[in-house]
Amino acid sequence: MIRLSIPVRQALSKLTLPVLIAAAFGLILLGKADAVMAERAQMALADALAPIYGLLAGPLARLRDVAGSAGHVLTQASENVRLREENEQLRKWQAIALALDAENATLKANLQWIPEPAPSFVTARVVADASGVYARAVLLSAGPNHGITKGQIALDDRGLVGRVTEVGARSVRVLLLTDMNSRIPVTLGDSRSRAILTGTNGPRPRLAYWTEDTPPVEGERVVTSGEANAFPPGLPVGTVRYNAQKVPEVELASRLDRLEIVRLFDYGMRGVLPPEASMARPATERRR
Amino acid sequence: MHERTPGIRPPQTLARQLDVAARRCFPGATIALALLLLAAPLGLPGQAGLQAALALGSVFFWSLFRPTSLPPPLVFLLGLLADLLGYGPLGVGVLIFLVTHCVAMLWRYQLLRQGFLLVWLVFLAVAAGAAALQWALTSLLTFRMLPAGPALFQAILSAGLYPLLAVVLTRAHATVAEPARA
Repeated sequence: MIRLSIPVRQALSKLTLPVLIAAAFGLILLGKADAVMAERAQMALADALAPIYGLLAGPLARLRDVAGSAGHVLTQASENVRLREENEQLRKWQAIALALDAENATLKANLQWIPEPAPSFVTARVVADASGVYARAVLLSAGPNHGITKGQIALDDRGLVGRVTEVGARSVRVLLLTDMNSRIPVTLGDSRSRAILTGTNGPRPRLAYWTEDTPPVEGERVVTSGEANAFPPGLPVGTVRYNAQKVPEVELASRLDRLEIVRLFDYGMRGVLPPEASMARPATERRR
Repeated sequence: MHERTPGIRPPQTLARQLDVAARRCFPGATIALALLLLAAPLGLPGQAGLQAALALGSVFFWSLFRPTSLPPPLVFLLGLLADLLGYGPLGVGVLIFLVTHCVAMLWRYQLLRQGFLLVWLVFLAVAAGAAALQWALTSLLTFRMLPAGPALFQAILSAGLYPLLAVVLTRAHATVAEPARA
């Protein structure tokens, strides 16, 4: 080791901080200039951490269950009453759904309807919360050779969750509906009018750009629309709720605050993807 | 550093050197661990904010009270880890941590003689500055005006958590993170 004189060493130690601050600015510029490199670095770290988070996921889920069941004990009686009422209603709806399903089947048979192919999907566990102050995303753990690609659509058991934005060797990042950068074409309830669902980083994304004569109605069902070839039509998103400022928001069907397992569907949608992704795989033909 | 002070000391065995090294690593290791653990899906409300608040408070505390255990290159690496975990624009977290470290180092000699309240007030300003810097840089790097709400929430959360964090870290500062006790 080189032995430096004390003044030189003092000068060097004084210089470290300015040099590092300059390096931080350099890193900001580099991250902006070469976004692919930044993304690769992030996914490399995610790949390295995914197995560790995967190991933690089991005990964490058990811990949450224990905490959850402790809360349930207190509200059990009222919860049971509510569930019984809900069950009554659901029975009615089930009867209606079965009748409609049968009717739909006969109508389709008469029309010689070509059924849409069932999309393939993979299931993955949510292992980390990849959110920042200005981002809402989750990290999924996927086995090697998972075959997941950018733009695949994530759903939980109740509804739409988001879209795959980054793919690593062992992990996948999903941008949630609530992220500020999320824009999703949706269809509103019975009016079939179109709107855009924009994330706000809050729990409820907002509706924007609906047609002037059909404003969103409180309690209306919101599903995805097939426009822009980014989503298949008809995936459940949530219900319209007006907030205190009279702005239409969507109460999501999916439970983004307690995501554990999501399904990633490959609908072959390549409508809205950055150029480098669509170059790797030529755009498929539009269905309509 | 304490090798120069007079007094009777135990011999420098390997075990003792390891002990000293471990105690010196304590600040960096706990901040890194907190960053990693709070990225797990714990389902806590405002978890992303909590992660940033705890890291900022810890960086400030250790920079102020034991800068030898948290040298600038380590601060740089911790910022990089926070950036890579948080998927924000790369480098913003690094800059915020370094500036916080810098502020704590600059006012070190004045602040160390003051009570907790003044240190907290200074951290209040640091937290507000950090949130503003993050908001401004992220807005600049994504080419759009981001809402100021999350930044405000972040500043309040950081400042509000600091007293609690300081209680725990002060205890650690005198016990497990003290190289002289090795």
